Amino acid sequence: MIVAERKPIEKVLEMIAPYKKVLVAGCYGCVTVCLAGGEKEVGILASQIRLARSKDGNPIEVVEQTVERQCDAEYLAKFQDNVSSVEAVVSLACGIGIQYLAEKSPVPVFPGVNTLFLGANLDVGKWAERCFACGDCVLDKTGGICPIARCSKSLLNGPCGGSQYGKCEVSKDVDCGWQLIYDRLKALGQLDKLKEIIPAKNWKRDKGPRTLVREELTLERD
Amino acid sequence: MKEIKFENLKSGSNLEKVLVSGQFACTGEIGPPTYASFEEIDKHAREMKGKVDAVNFTDNQTAVVRLSSWGASLRLIYEHGMEPNLQVVCRDRNRLAIQSDLLAAYAHGVRNVLCLSGDHQSFGNHPGCKSVYDVDSVQLINMLKRLRDDGCFECGAECKVNPKFFIGCAENPFGDPFEFRAIRLEKKIEAGADFVQTQCILDMERFELFMEKVRELGLHKRAFICAGLMPVKSPRMARYMQTGVPGMLVSEEFCQRLEKAEDPKAEAVNITVEYIKRCQQIEGVAGVHIMAVAWESIVPTVIEKAGLLPRPTF
Repeated sequence: MIVAERKPIEKVLEMIAPYKKVLVAGCYGCVTVCLAGGEKEVGILASQIRLARSKDGNPIEVVEQTVERQCDAEYLAKFQDNVSSVEAVVSLACGIGIQYLAEKSPVPVFPGVNTLFLGANLDVGKWAERCFACGDCVLDKTGGICPIARCSKSLLNGPCGGSQYGKCEVSKDVDCGWQLIYDRLKALGQLDKLKEIIPAKNWKRDKGPRTLVREELTLERD
Repeated sequence: MKEIKFENLKSGSNLEKVLVSGQFACTGEIGPPTYASFEEIDKHAREMKGKVDAVNFTDNQTAVVRLSSWGASLRLIYEHGMEPNLQVVCRDRNRLAIQSDLLAAYAHGVRNVLCLSGDHQSFGNHPGCKSVYDVDSVQLINMLKRLRDDGCFECGAECKVNPKFFIGCAENPFGDPFEFRAIRLEKKIEAGADFVQTQCILDMERFELFMEKVRELGLHKRAFICAGLMPVKSPRMARYMQTGVPGMLVSEEFCQRLEKAEDPKAEAVNITVEYIKRCQQIEGVAGVHIMAVAWESIVPTVIEKAGLLPRPTF
C-alpha cells in the first residue's frame, strides 16, 4: 500500500488560516489501512481544527467527507457538492489523491498528510518500505527481496563494504538488504544467482512522468 | 636499472607497470581538504614523491564535501609530476557525469581509476541530500572497461578517443556476508577490474582467511590484489574503529598493542611495517595501499622501514 502519515496540526492550521469554511476529504483506500486519512482520521482532524480555531476566537466551519478512492475520477465526483460550498479543502489521501482532487476542484486543495513510501504493514502501527516502483522488477534475481528498496544505496550487485552483522551502515536498526537477499537465496539453494552481473538499469525516466495505457481496456470501454 | 619491455598494457600507468613487472606495489592516499586550496595536497605530495607508485585521491570521503578527486589528481600531475589514482564513488554522479569527468581526467593524463560505491550520505555533512547511485560499483567498473576495450559509452555509442584506464576496485574482507565477499570481488573482476585495493586490514587473520577464498576462486591470478593498511596513531581511534565504524573489524591484539605502547605512534608504525611484511608472505597479494587518514606525513617512514625503497622507475 501507499503509506502516509498525518501532517502536524500546526502545519494544517497554517495552510487554512485565511479560510472560514473547509472540507476535510478522506479516502477509504491505502490511507485508511495505514490509519492516516480514513473516515476516522477525517473526524479527528476536523475536531482538532474546530477546537483550535474556536480557541483562537476565529471559528471555522469544517465539513467532513470520505470517498472510496481519491485516485479515481468516478469517486472524486462525489465531492462535487461539498467542494463547491467551501473555500478550501484539506485532503488526507496520499499525494496522488490530493493532486487528483486538486485537478477537479475549483478551490485550493491542501495536503493533510505526508506521503512516505510503498510499503507493507509489519505489525500494529509499523510499516516499512518494500517497493520503489522502478518499473523493471528484478525480484526474480534477488530471492524476492528488492535491492533497490531494501539497500540504502539501491545497489544491484551485492552489499557495499558497510554491511556488518546483518545491519546496514546507515543504522543498526536497519537490516542490510543484501544480507537478507543472501540469506534467502542460500535457504532456497540459489546462491549461484548472486554471481550474475546485473547491468546498469534503465530507470525509465526517458519519457517524463510515467503513464500506462492498455489499449484493450480503452477499446472495451468505447 | 634493467629495462623492462612491456607488451599489451591496458593503460600504461606506472602502477600497472609496477604490478605487471611483478614488483610489490606500494600506493599512498591523500584525502583532499574541505576548503579551496592545494596547500595541504602539495605538502603531502612532496612528502610522498618517489616513495609511492601512485597516490589515491578520495572522492568526498565519508560523504563530506571536499576538493574534488579529479581536481586534486590534476594538481598531482601538473605540479608534482606524480601519478594519481582517481577515486570515483557512485553516490554523487550519474553515468553521464561520471563518463564526462573521466573523459576529461584521461585527457589530462589520469590513468588509474578506483571505482567505489561511496559512504552513505547520512555519514557526511549533507545528510539530507539526494544520493544518485544511478550505477553501482560493479556497473561502473564495467562501464570503464567497455569505454576502454570496446570504445563505447554505457549507452553503446562510439567514443572516438577512448580513455584507457587501469581499472581498480575495492573489496572489504571484513564486511558481511563474509562468504559473499570473495564472490563479490569475482563479480568486480568479471566486470573488468584490473586491480584491487582492500579495505584497511586491522585484523590480519581475517584477511588471511579472505585471501584463502580469493585463491580458491583463482582471483589473484586475474587481478592484482593490494592490501589496504592503515597506521592508526592512537589507541582511542583503534577502539573507535573496532566498535563504531560499520564494516570494520579490528583485532583485540591490534588495540591492545597500541594501548600498551609507551609511544603509540611509534607502535603504529611498527605494526604497519609488520603487516606489510606479512602481506608480502601471503600468496596472491601484489602490493600494499597505505591509507594514513589524517596522518599522511607518516607514509614515507612506513614505506622506508618496510624496506620498500627505492620504488621502481620505468
